[in-house]
Amino acid sequence: MSRNLPATPALEWSYAPSREASEIVELERRYGLFINGKFRAPASKKYFPTINPANEDLLAEVAEANATDVGRAVKAARDAFEDGWGEMPGKERAKYLFRIARMVQERSRELAVLETLDGGKPIKESRDVDLPLVAAHFFYYAGWADKLEYAFPGLDPEPLGVAGQVIPWNFPLMMLAWKIAPALAAGNTVVLKPAETTPLSALTFAGLASEAGLPPGVINIVTGAGATGAALVEHNDVDKIAFTGSTSVGKQIATALAGSKKRLTLELGGKAAHVIFDDAPMDQAIEGVINGIFFNQGHVCCAGSRLFVQESIHDRFVEKLKRRLSTLRVGDPLDKNTDVGAINSAEQLARISELVEAGQQEGAEMYQPDCVLPRNGFWFRPTLFTGVSQSHRIAQEEIFGPVLSILSFRTPEEAVEKANNTPYGLSAGVWTSKGSRILWMADRLKAGVVWANTYNKFDPASPFGGYKESGFGREGGRHGLLPYLKGVG
Amino acid sequence: MVNQSRAGRLDVRKTYKLYINGEFPRSESGRSYVARDSEGEVLARVARASRKDLREAVRAARTAEEKWAAKSGYNRGQILYRIAEMMEDRGAVFAEQLGDGGLTPARARAEVSAAVDRMVWYAGWADKFSQIYGNLNPVAGPFFNISAPEPTGVVGIIAPETPALLGLVSRLAPVIVTGNTAVVVSSESQPLPAITFSEVLESSDVPPGVINILTGFPAELAPWLADHMDVNAVDLAGAVPEVGLRVRQGAVHNVKRLVGTDGYTDLQSPYLIAAFTETKTVWHPKGL
Repeated sequence: MSRNLPATPALEWSYAPSREASEIVELERRYGLFINGKFRAPASKKYFPTINPANEDLLAEVAEANATDVGRAVKAARDAFEDGWGEMPGKERAKYLFRIARMVQERSRELAVLETLDGGKPIKESRDVDLPLVAAHFFYYAGWADKLEYAFPGLDPEPLGVAGQVIPWNFPLMMLAWKIAPALAAGNTVVLKPAETTPLSALTFAGLASEAGLPPGVINIVTGAGATGAALVEHNDVDKIAFTGSTSVGKQIATALAGSKKRLTLELGGKAAHVIFDDAPMDQAIEGVINGIFFNQGHVCCAGSRLFVQESIHDRFVEKLKRRLSTLRVGDPLDKNTDVGAINSAEQLARISELVEAGQQEGAEMYQPDCVLPRNGFWFRPTLFTGVSQSHRIAQEEIFGPVLSILSFRTPEEAVEKANNTPYGLSAGVWTSKGSRILWMADRLKAGVVWANTYNKFDPASPFGGYKESGFGREGGRHGLLPYLKGVG
Repeated sequence: MVNQSRAGRLDVRKTYKLYINGEFPRSESGRSYVARDSEGEVLARVARASRKDLREAVRAARTAEEKWAAKSGYNRGQILYRIAEMMEDRGAVFAEQLGDGGLTPARARAEVSAAVDRMVWYAGWADKFSQIYGNLNPVAGPFFNISAPEPTGVVGIIAPETPALLGLVSRLAPVIVTGNTAVVVSSESQPLPAITFSEVLESSDVPPGVINILTGFPAELAPWLADHMDVNAVDLAGAVPEVGLRVRQGAVHNVKRLVGTDGYTDLQSPYLIAAFTETKTVWHPKGL
């Protein structure tokens, strides 16, 4: 082929959007509470709007459950537990859960779009991460329902009764699966409260569970804000509370339960250390760091939000990271190429902005790539801070947004010291080509999950949960059954 | 045997064949035998597998083994669950064939239900058995030391004569769930449920070669299976004493694992899963 190519007019390159069709989702104008197998109007007579955070359009109105409504849901769950679910042979419970897993797979496209509409996360994440994990979680725990006697030798496995479950807005349906699947497998019934900004996938799931023939009352969904959650936590006839959310709310719940016999598991905040040694495969580590902090806009409790880079490669690493940042596509969450979607709510955007301002005021240096943000909706540019010291608020507090604080270290001992210098202990990441060092680090990091040469990996077979103020109890794996069984509290 | 329906239409009879490498060949030997119902009436002619058919089946099983074992437990679990879905779908056919074998309609249906539920039970183990049989070993030194079970390889199964379906499922499911592949010698007296089962497999996303089913005479086929140097284990729960003895003698040549010597034909147990696995222990130093 000739090297002298004919002169062609300069091509105009502009991005052609590749938008996932949203017609697959059919929304109701208004959603009731899902109690005893039926949607019903709330005793409170109140409804609240849920919007698309990417454009602030109203999606639907959702019932706000008050204490009376929560009481009805708990009663339905108690009746269902006593009327057969608790006594049902495990193999029959298993078959319900297998059915649900298969039905989630069948409707995964619809549910993925809905999750993106209501929560703002990129469709490629809800499609390729959230939904596959939801189905897998039900499938995994389905198989445990009739094998509990093998899971914990010497324990006569018995369910607790009614579980009250309160979940966050960052992975709405996945958190629902993490809560409901093990609870039901162990023979409990549940009352679940989704987050007020992302209730729609849970309500759609409720319909799916009905279609699966699940007996009424086994799953109940009460929507609302903090007051609804408090009513559930404080209800006398709930045997167990499982909460995923912020450490401050977790502490309030622990306070409310202090005088009761209710069992409690907490999956709270994090400020994960992501440690890069100078012998790490650099390009892979860059991808790991990007995924670690910008996955789901950084709305991830295990986000790798504190980056520790060994001093000898610090400058080069930061330079590469900045270059990579500029290629991230920020915008319409329904676009299949979007890397960073919308911030979940105005409230969360305000919190991120406040902490980023504090970072600048305290003297750290901020970097943000040029990118055009949509006019409506809630958005925040991917952000790096260099020159961060351990006492800075952005190195101590959970930002829960697309903001990475970069620090450095010289020796492995120093990396461990700094990584553990936090009240949190949910997760950590280590990048090095030396296997023995990975294991040496893993022994010393005070974190419930340690990812080595990878980050943000989840699997229903793998336990997840934190040390210290990141909470207690584990979800996932064989260990995830334990909080829902008697005799281990 | 029904030749003509009431409307006077001639039935199209099915040819009952072997199941090797995802295909339904006749025996290369051209042999067949007559399967009869419990009253001695002729049900069908079925293929009578030869030594060469058995070798073909072992070769298919060996070829399929690597990929099957490399699948995630979740994936294998879903495929086993799919088998259960398709078995439920063919429940009426199974029940009729078990009825021909002498069961009352109620007992036949109960056996089908039990077989489907058993497959579901094992499906659930696919991504769990290593969480029960594997563990971290607290060795006295700076080492990470973990033991985990792996599939043993190609497993030959002498299926129980009865229960013709539940026995087959009970012996087969724990073999394949971990990633082993299987060559099954079906019930000689009641081969039809096994053949229907192979049709279920064909529509269940089971990769070709993972399960191979031979109809024929166990007394003839079992010694060849036992002597075959590329078979890693034999389940002889369905073998009569003379056949069992011969299998044990043959198995010595390449130190085959022998399972099912207690003769439980429809046992459900996670220990049966463990019996067809090898424990692998990995050491790795911890340090800077």
